[in-house]
Amino acid sequence: MLKMPAESARGVPAANANADGAFVRIDGVSKHFGDVPALQDASVNIRRGEILTLLGPSGGGKTTLLNVVAGFLAPDIGSIHIDGRPVTDVPPYRREIGVLFQNYALFPHMNVASNVAYGLKMRGTPKAEIQRRLAEVLALVRLTGYQTRRPRQLSGGQQQRVALARALAISPKVLLLDEPFSALDKNLRGSMQLELKDIQRKLGVTTIFVTHDQSEALSLSDRIAVLSEGRIRQVGTPDAIYRRPADRFVAGFVGDVNVLRAELVRVEGETAFVGLGVATLAVPAEPLRGLSQGAPVDLFLRPEQLHLTARGGTSLCEGVIAAHSYQGGHVDIHIASEAAVSGRILVRQTQSDAAAHWPVGAEGAIGCETQEAVAFPPEP
Amino acid sequence: MDSCGALRAIGVAIVAITLAFVLLPALVVAIAAFNARAVLAFPPDALSLRWFAKALAYDDFRVGFHNGLIVTAFASSIALVVGSAFAFALDRYSFRLKRTIESVLLAPLVIPHFTIGLGFLILAAELGAARGFAVVIACHVILVLPFVLRSVYISLRNLDQRFELAAASLGAPPRRVLTSVTIPLLAPGLVSGWLFAAILSFNEFTASLFVTSQRTQTLPVAMYNYVREYADPSMAAVSVIYIVATAALLTIANAFFGLGKVLNVENAR
Repeated sequence: MLKMPAESARGVPAANANADGAFVRIDGVSKHFGDVPALQDASVNIRRGEILTLLGPSGGGKTTLLNVVAGFLAPDIGSIHIDGRPVTDVPPYRREIGVLFQNYALFPHMNVASNVAYGLKMRGTPKAEIQRRLAEVLALVRLTGYQTRRPRQLSGGQQQRVALARALAISPKVLLLDEPFSALDKNLRGSMQLELKDIQRKLGVTTIFVTHDQSEALSLSDRIAVLSEGRIRQVGTPDAIYRRPADRFVAGFVGDVNVLRAELVRVEGETAFVGLGVATLAVPAEPLRGLSQGAPVDLFLRPEQLHLTARGGTSLCEGVIAAHSYQGGHVDIHIASEAAVSGRILVRQTQSDAAAHWPVGAEGAIGCETQEAVAFPPEP
Repeated sequence: MDSCGALRAIGVAIVAITLAFVLLPALVVAIAAFNARAVLAFPPDALSLRWFAKALAYDDFRVGFHNGLIVTAFASSIALVVGSAFAFALDRYSFRLKRTIESVLLAPLVIPHFTIGLGFLILAAELGAARGFAVVIACHVILVLPFVLRSVYISLRNLDQRFELAAASLGAPPRRVLTSVTIPLLAPGLVSGWLFAAILSFNEFTASLFVTSQRTQTLPVAMYNYVREYADPSMAAVSVIYIVATAALLTIANAFFGLGKVLNVENAR
C-alpha cells in the first residue's frame, strides 16, 4: 500500500514533475558541522534538463548542498526529491546520480574502459550491453581508442572527459559537477566548458554545477543560485542575477561592480529614484524600503554601464584617471574618485584609443545611460 | 669557490662515513662467514663455504627457521587483520575512548620486549597453558600490531575519500566499494604493513626468549643458544643468509607493489 505512489511515480515520470516543473526539489535543507552552520534553510528547484549553477565563495555552502543532493551527506532537516521520488534517506548508490569530481577521482588501478564501465558493472548490465554503452560514451567524449590507457597516462583534459564518460555511462537522472574546471589551464577550460555544455544539451540531462567562478557560472548556466554563508541569496537566470542582483553580496560577487555614494530622492511605487551629481537614476524600490528621503544609499553600477565624458554636462561624478588595463576587446580605466566607496571607479571603454584619449592624470567626468542600476542601503 | 669546494668534500665525506657506519657490522659479519678456520675472527686468513654448509645442516637452525616461518606467517597475518580493522575504526569513526584505544594499541612501542615476553610467560604459567605456538604467536601479534596499525592507518589517511564517493555514486553498495576500490587502493599499505610485521616477527629475539620452549624456539633464539656454546663462523653464515633472504623479499615486494607509494601516496594517482 505504501509503495503504491512511488511505483506509479516511477512509471510515469512526466506526471511527477510538479506543476512548477521541478525535477529536483531541494526543500528547506540545513546542515551543521558541529556548531558551524554550513547550510541554512536552502530551497531551490531544478527543472528537467536545465543546468543550475550553485555559485558562491568557498565556505558558502555550495559543495555541502551538492553533497546532500548526491547523498554523501545527510541533511539535519529538509528534504530532497528527484523525479518526484523522495531520496533524502536513499543512499548514494541507489540515487542514480552521476558525479564529476574536482580531481576527477578516476580509479587509478583501473584502465579507462574499467573506469567508465564501473557503474554498469555494479548494475549487473550484460557484457554486450556494457561494450555497446562504453563505445557510445567514449565516442561522446571523443576518447574512442583510449580504452586500455591508465588514468595517469592521460592529460588533465582527457582525465576529465573520462570522468564525464564514467558519470554519464549510467544514464544518471541528475549530473552533479563539482568545480570540474578548476584544475585545468585557462585555454583548455574554455574549450571544455563549451564541450560540456554541448554534451549536456545533446543528452538533456538535468545538471547541477558547483563553482566559485562567476564568469563560468554566467556562461554555462540556465539559472544560477548564489550562495553565501550557507544561505541561498538569489536564484535566477544569469541575466537576472547580473542585472537585478537581490542584495549587496550578489551584486558584488557576480561581475565587476562600482559602488557609488548616492542619495534617495523619492519613491514611486516599485521604483525609487536615486540622485548622484546632477543625474537621477531609477532603481528597484524594494531593497530601499524604510529609508527616508535624502537618506544615503549605495548605488551599484557595472563598469560597462559607465563611460568617460568631458567635464560638465549630466555626469554622475568626476575623477582623475589612475591607471589603464588593456584587455584586448576593451580597456579598463581606473579612476580615482571620492564618489566611490572604495575610492576607485572602474570604467570599461570599448574604443581602442581610449587609453590615448584619457591619459593617466587627466581629469574626466563619468556619465551613465543605464536604466538598470540597483541600490542598497549603505553598510553599517 | 675554494671554500665551497671544501664544504662539498666534507659533506661527501660525512655521507660516506655514515653509510659505512650503517653497513659496517653486516659487512664484518659477512666476511667472517667465509672464514675457513673455526673461530669468529676478522679478517679471515683463508676463505671457505664450509660454515654455510654446516649452518644449513644444523638441526636447531633448521627447526628454528621452520618455527620462525610458522610464527611469522600467523602473527603478521593476524596482526594485519586486527590492525586493519582498528585502523579503519580509528580513521572512519569517532567514538568515546578513541584516543585511549589508540594509545593502548601503540603501547608495545613503549613497553620493552622483555616485559611483554615475561608477562606472557607468567600469564601462560598461571593459566596452565603449555608453552606452545599459540603463546608465541599471541606474543608476536602484540609486538607487531603497532607497526601494522600505523602502516594501514597512514594509507587510509592518504586515501582520497572521493574515490569511494565516486564508486558509491556509480551504484556500488558499501561492500562492493570496499572490495573493488578501497582494498585495491590500500594494497601497497597492507602489503608493506604485513612485510614490516613479518620481518620484525622473524627477527624478534627478546620476548621470544621468554615465551618459546625447546620445541617452539625461533631462529634468533636458536642462534642465541648456539652462540652460548660455540663460537664458530656458522652464526655469521646464518646472518648472511638472513640478510640476503630479507633483501630479496623486499626487492620483490617493491617491484610488485611499490612500497614507495606508502610513504608518498600523493604521487600515486
